[in-house]
Amino acid sequence: MRNLLLGTAMLAASTCAALAQDTVRMATEGAYPPYNFINDANEVDGLDIDVGNEICARAELDCTWVTNDWDSIIPNLVSGNYDAILAGMSITDQRDEVIDFTQAYFPPDPSAYAGMGDVDVGSAVIAAQTGTIQAAHVAETGATLVEFATPDETVAAVRNGEVDAVLADKGFLAPIVSEDPDLEFIGEDVILGKGIGIGLRESDTELKEKMDAALTSMKEDGKLAELMAKWFPDVDPNF
Amino acid sequence: MFEFCSDPSALGDLKWMACYLTTGKQFAFYWSFGTVLLLLAVTAPAALAFGFAGAMAARARFAPLRWLGLAYTSMVRGIPDIIFFLFVPIALDQLFEWLRHRALCPDWDQPVRQGNDFVVCAAAKLPQSSAPQWIHESYGFALAVLAFAIVFGAFAANVLSGAMKAVPRAQMETAEAYGMTHGQAFWRIMVPQMWVYALPGLSNLWQILVKATPLLFLLGVEDIVYWARELGGSKTSTFAYPHPDWRIWYFLALLVFYLLLTSVSERVFARLSRRLSHGQATAAGEKLRKAAA
Repeated sequence: MRNLLLGTAMLAASTCAALAQDTVRMATEGAYPPYNFINDANEVDGLDIDVGNEICARAELDCTWVTNDWDSIIPNLVSGNYDAILAGMSITDQRDEVIDFTQAYFPPDPSAYAGMGDVDVGSAVIAAQTGTIQAAHVAETGATLVEFATPDETVAAVRNGEVDAVLADKGFLAPIVSEDPDLEFIGEDVILGKGIGIGLRESDTELKEKMDAALTSMKEDGKLAELMAKWFPDVDPNF
Repeated sequence: MFEFCSDPSALGDLKWMACYLTTGKQFAFYWSFGTVLLLLAVTAPAALAFGFAGAMAARARFAPLRWLGLAYTSMVRGIPDIIFFLFVPIALDQLFEWLRHRALCPDWDQPVRQGNDFVVCAAAKLPQSSAPQWIHESYGFALAVLAFAIVFGAFAANVLSGAMKAVPRAQMETAEAYGMTHGQAFWRIMVPQMWVYALPGLSNLWQILVKATPLLFLLGVEDIVYWARELGGSKTSTFAYPHPDWRIWYFLALLVFYLLLTSVSERVFARLSRRLSHGQATAAGEKLRKAAA
């Protein structure tokens, strides 16, 4: 399943890096605003994309973006269809067994329940996207888990009454809840995962070192905090 | 596209809609209809070729070839399409890369499978990771066409071998009496006449192929179903054109598109069938003859 479309040509690679080096193909889901989404001009956009572009500029890599379904985003990485995943992917032990992660570029994001009216999240029917930390968390509680392929479908399921509430990253739900008078956050936030990192093949140690170094320098000079403030005004950028 | 689209939030309904329907993303959706039609245009002849080869193999006098033909049709027809569509492109892709790896990088000493990773040398990657995006897309599309052709070829093989058997035996005997070889009789007598018997089955197959094109979406090709879901989903003000859940309208448009496509092809097949029946010793041919007389 070779993945497709949406190559946003990156001008980031500096001119002196014009040596014949391999292009780094970076995959994202493109359906999880404001982490990553496809904007109206049909280009990938969001925090993941800004961070990725900045890393490529600093590490002097020639990068290009591809979009891939969330379901198959890890299998396609390990089979070599692209080289990195920047898709708001939380670092978890389970994923770490299959792929490698760089250091986190986003703090452990609180997940939140959103629904219409009062719901007991311990026993209700909860929607979550397949293969996410939220889906794993709901399965551990007493609630009934209903999984969907895309984040948008999880929210649509709440609106049409198919489920009682949705569990997702608060950063994703916040703009949706604030713009929909029917929806509200329910109960306490849940802290899951170890923050969001870049997924890489375990055999790809060289790329990991380069990206880690670039991320460290971005944290030191405040560039990362600036990008986070742009997309997530409510999240504390100093973690 | 229009000049007044620079600030979508300040527009009236009609202008807003005009701007919304002409964004880059909408155009990607419109183009994807072309992708589907292109897939049909390429896959139908490819599947017919696979089917013809399969039907010929199934009636070959050389036993191993005959077994191969029979194995192909019965195996592919017996496996659910969706499993085949998920398996074939991945397996083919890894096979191609592995073959190129063996040929291009003989001094590579690491294993190809390292735990979960499938690692081949950079020169063996297909397409090259530095290749422009359209090559990656075309490659994915080509794998999809191949998967479709293999599956629908098996069904076509069955239809065609039935049609070959339906050509009256007397025709072939006459050909042999005239001293034609086996091959000559096959190409000159059987093949031109078998189409009229194959047509009902083939037209059925075409309709199924039209309806199977949304499977492209499973293969990662961004077809009309992908875009309908992506564009129809509700959009917050992170986007320039926020709107509620409009998936129902997008899928309704797809419904109309598919219905139009199948009804047009039904008409085309009806005409084709009339033409092919001309002068044939079939009920339809007889009817045409009487109408003319």
